[in-house]
Amino acid sequence: MRAIHQSLLVPSVSAEGVLRLVALLLGVAFLALGLLLPLATMLLKSLQDRSGDFVGLANFARYFQTPALAGSIANSLTVALITTVIVVGLAFLCAYGITRTRMPGKRFFRMLAILPILAPSLLPAISMVYLFGNQGWFRDWLMGQSIYGPIGIVMGMSFWIFPHALMILTTALSNSDARLYEAAEALGTPKWRSFFTITLPAARYGLISCAFVVFTLAITDFGVPKIIGGQYNVLATDVYRQVVGQQNFQMGAVVSVILLIPAVISFIVDRLVQRRQVAQLSARAVPWQPAPNPVRDWTFTILCYGVGGIILVVIGTAIYASLVRFWPYNLSLTLTHYAFQGLAGSGWEAWTNSLRMAAAVALVGTLVVFVNAWLIEKSGGYRPLRQGLHFMAMLPMAVPGMVLGLAYIFYFNQPGNPLNWLYGTLAILVLNTLVHYYTVCHLTSITALKQLDPEFESVGASLKVPFWTTFRRVTLPVSLPAVLDISVYLFVNAMTTVSGVVFLYSTDTRLASVAIMHLDEAGYFASAAAMAVLIFFTSLVVKLLHAALTYALLTKAQRWRNAG
Amino acid sequence: MTRLTSCLMAAAIGLPFLGTAASATQLTVYTAVESDDLQKYAQRFNEAHPEIEIRWVRDSTGVITARLLAEKDNPQADVIWGLAATSLLILEEEGLLERYAPAGVEKLDTKFVDPAYSRDGKDPSWVGMDAWVAAICYNTVEGARQGVPQPTSWEDLTKPEYRGHVIMPNPSSSGTGYLDVAGWVRLWGEEKAWDYMDRLHANISRYTHSGSAPCNLAASGETVVGVSFAFRAARLKSQGAPIEIVFPEEGLGWDMEAAAIVTGTGKAEAARTLMDWAVTREANELYNEGYAVVAYPGVAKPIENYPTDIVERMIDADFQWAALNRERVLEEWQKRYDGKTE
Repeated sequence: MRAIHQSLLVPSVSAEGVLRLVALLLGVAFLALGLLLPLATMLLKSLQDRSGDFVGLANFARYFQTPALAGSIANSLTVALITTVIVVGLAFLCAYGITRTRMPGKRFFRMLAILPILAPSLLPAISMVYLFGNQGWFRDWLMGQSIYGPIGIVMGMSFWIFPHALMILTTALSNSDARLYEAAEALGTPKWRSFFTITLPAARYGLISCAFVVFTLAITDFGVPKIIGGQYNVLATDVYRQVVGQQNFQMGAVVSVILLIPAVISFIVDRLVQRRQVAQLSARAVPWQPAPNPVRDWTFTILCYGVGGIILVVIGTAIYASLVRFWPYNLSLTLTHYAFQGLAGSGWEAWTNSLRMAAAVALVGTLVVFVNAWLIEKSGGYRPLRQGLHFMAMLPMAVPGMVLGLAYIFYFNQPGNPLNWLYGTLAILVLNTLVHYYTVCHLTSITALKQLDPEFESVGASLKVPFWTTFRRVTLPVSLPAVLDISVYLFVNAMTTVSGVVFLYSTDTRLASVAIMHLDEAGYFASAAAMAVLIFFTSLVVKLLHAALTYALLTKAQRWRNAG
Repeated sequence: MTRLTSCLMAAAIGLPFLGTAASATQLTVYTAVESDDLQKYAQRFNEAHPEIEIRWVRDSTGVITARLLAEKDNPQADVIWGLAATSLLILEEEGLLERYAPAGVEKLDTKFVDPAYSRDGKDPSWVGMDAWVAAICYNTVEGARQGVPQPTSWEDLTKPEYRGHVIMPNPSSSGTGYLDVAGWVRLWGEEKAWDYMDRLHANISRYTHSGSAPCNLAASGETVVGVSFAFRAARLKSQGAPIEIVFPEEGLGWDMEAAAIVTGTGKAEAARTLMDWAVTREANELYNEGYAVVAYPGVAKPIENYPTDIVERMIDADFQWAALNRERVLEEWQKRYDGKTE
């Protein structure tokens, strides 16, 4: 007992111990400044009036008494639920095709399916106008319904959320135990029955988790409803209208708190589910290999490539839209929209701002996230501190980008805040984006680090090698693929995000994604498409570089992985 | 594709470096001037005053106004160049504008200068630039295809055949939207104007953020009728859009674009230089490239696609009323129609 007590209080008085403590405290301070304090300030603001006096729940009362505002709750829930059903259903079928059939070209399909992630969510919304708008090629398919509203929102969201769902479900369905299927077959169980009694139960946690991720992404998305929502207000666009349109920051805070609730609930449910999923697959499980079955295989091939085709059509439409001189009356092709006249010529500046921001987030972010994860996972001592840091690292997932952005205005724009100078700089955009996407990177790092034998650290320690040397010479190189994954994830998201940064850019730091929105607002639809396409290709190039680099690493530097 | 890629590459490499000029004073200028003209405005000004660099902050009228009001205690703008007079009157009321008589202001039409100047002999707190006038964009191709006739009056837009075919700007965010609303009130009195808007609302498919967007949407055939303003309509028509510009027969609401110095700017000298230039003949010739009516008498030349009698068609607008009642009218508007806004 005394030993434990001592190790808790006085882990080691060495220089290394002090350094670890300082690093841990820095990690905690980083997330406190970048997440907790801004959020707390925002919660406080929702309880104050314009002059800053405490008014309790008066703002909330006014919110619910204004039908134009409170009606958005039902609207948001409706589109989010419909999107969830569509996306989870489609993604499940496609994931099934990938994991449980012998359809040809699986790798190619997975590449196609990832494309929507590389585009800002504004891109599908723009394409929807060209596809289903009053001049759209397929407008008759809507049977007189308008694309501007729930239909357009659901379609646009389904497009860019689909890859997220597919990744989760592909992982969930790959954990199969062939022994169960063999037993079922030996007992003469029909195929449909083993699907419901073996396949579905095994994937149920993945399905639940996927549904909540999709729901959260849908209810918090800003880009799609902003472009194509028309008269249909949702919570995310309400925050924007209150804050930017009317500069009513208190009401913006109220809507943000309301937007926070579904996100937090689904976060908690997801955590609970994840916890139970751990012991799903026993060590003795034998991976199931699908036997050829032409009918099934071709059905899924057609289905998956149908989905892939739709993805290509949506992206292709945006590219086409950006090149047509005057749609739909003059269809000759031109590059003039890439001069971004509607931005007074500062379009390419916005693009370079985005590049700089994304590069900074990728570099700084990867370092911060990975070092923090390493401190949590691989360093001894200071247990409460490490658990606290881990908990804080999980929280950003529950905070929608709009909410975080508004929280930053409240916190960093306070005249008394010593960090006030950050306001209006590129640095605040970097901080906001990094915190916004922190959790996924954190989990990736933790997973990668868990794969490493803890012996490395103990051997290093017993050889009196300082921990930073072990980190630099062993841990980091071995985890390089994960580190690269994180950096490209951060880069792409920083290029495409609009929700968090829309409140934080200044004239000199306008980003490409925000510029799309401004172009669309002012009616430069072709230029808006051009900017979206520009972001898409930028992300694509980076993603391809990443793929090439990872390939080279895995074949050269990481040979040991296949050695065992 | 390779040509496209190489063009893009060239643009990507070349353009970022063009914008960076080593210059002396930076002026933060808030504006609602149409963004495709901002570069031109800055260039013309820089031809006379290369030592001052303009940092534009541009959004729709309502947003810029709200922002200036929100930043009241800690103003970020040095100068306002191109914002509705209605908004400037509100800002003046809040003490946000610094009085200054630009060199040569006496040459301007007195209607275009803060009345305090000619009435009380004070320095004006704002000076006008040009008038921007309501207009309707009507897509002839879509109109014929969908059997929607070309309107001639505001009243026409409430007829059943226009149901779902009309788009107008949201007056909370758009200055054009607000000058429409204020114009209808001026034409018919408040009660009748609300009655008109109730009936119009039934035909509106959506309200847009900016005043340009409805005309853009009409130009691309997304809607048949877009309630917008003459500048955008004329420009889109020149670009080849199949639209007719309708100037409703009841009369045209309008507002004035104006310029002012923000109180407490740390760059008073540069701000005054900009104001001095904003009232010059050259500046007014610049405004005249997009707007038919400008502050400097004798400058205005007719513009392509504008009617020659536009001045007679403009109503006797009451900016004072429009400014004093802006908050109340917008609140009422939101209460009635805000379900249909993007």
